[in-house]
Amino acid sequence: MGIEKIFGQSLITTSVNAVVSWARKNALWPMPFGTACCAIEMMATLSGRYDLSRFGAEVIRFSPRQSDLMIVSGRISIKMMPVLIKIYEQMPEPKWVISMGACASSGGVFDTYTLVQGVDQFLPVHVYIPGCPPRPESLIDALLKIQEIAV
Amino acid sequence: MTPEEILQSLAGRFGDKVASGKSPGNGRVFAVVDREHVRPILAHLRDDPALAMDMLSDVTVVDHLRLEDPLVRERFAVVYQLYSLRHNHRFQVKARVPQDDPSAPSVFDLWKSALWGEREAYDMYGVEFEGNPDMRRLLMPEDYPGFPLRKDYPLRGRGERDSFPQYRPPRGAT
Repeated sequence: MGIEKIFGQSLITTSVNAVVSWARKNALWPMPFGTACCAIEMMATLSGRYDLSRFGAEVIRFSPRQSDLMIVSGRISIKMMPVLIKIYEQMPEPKWVISMGACASSGGVFDTYTLVQGVDQFLPVHVYIPGCPPRPESLIDALLKIQEIAV
Repeated sequence: MTPEEILQSLAGRFGDKVASGKSPGNGRVFAVVDREHVRPILAHLRDDPALAMDMLSDVTVVDHLRLEDPLVRERFAVVYQLYSLRHNHRFQVKARVPQDDPSAPSVFDLWKSALWGEREAYDMYGVEFEGNPDMRRLLMPEDYPGFPLRKDYPLRGRGERDSFPQYRPPRGAT
């Protein structure tokens, strides 16, 4: 574009989309859906030692209307699944889902009548984290993967 | 009082309506009765000042489908766990419940704690408690079709865990 010829290095041209995506991916607001022990690891990830705020995602929102990243961490029973779907539907677009841990991803050791065998049967999941429970580093890695997707 | 003494006093008052059982595990004795007689016997256990079972710790059900018990004889047994805060003694009463009519009288008017205990027992085993004012499921979803702790119910269920509407993104969503 011709505008650089006038202003030189003091000006950068870009698109609104790129700026908004850059801002969005560096300020993900997670919606925690912690139902079991994975949520304890999620708390550890958020607190000082691992400090998820280094990656801009420390603003945990307990309202789905203010968040764009759902972290499903824990067992989802068949009584909870309609609640999970409803909360996911209440989140504004664009939105991403992390399935944290063995139970949320596949049912884990709970191969029983009451447990949903993987939330990805009913929700679009973007990143899976293996582990029972996963370490905080895994959750941070998943967040970085989401940031790669969210452009 | 020891469980043996409590059982003796019950046998003295109710005669052959009370059968005596003995746990193969801890060796403690308990009473096995027909469901028609369970209410007067439990009321006696609560109201007799020497027994004074003022607390119902739990109401549960045992499914004897693959665990034949010559004392119980029927498929189900409702188990009442009683405790006396005044005398610090415990006692168990089992009531026989047949398979073709799985119901038992409620003891909600004797102990308020029976309300949720009986609801859980109904939820898991399908034994209905007549007289319970709130005979709904307690833990499972309200429209759940089976009774999951019955021994003929498969561990993985009958497909309930796979029957949910899938999320479909609205038109124009990214």
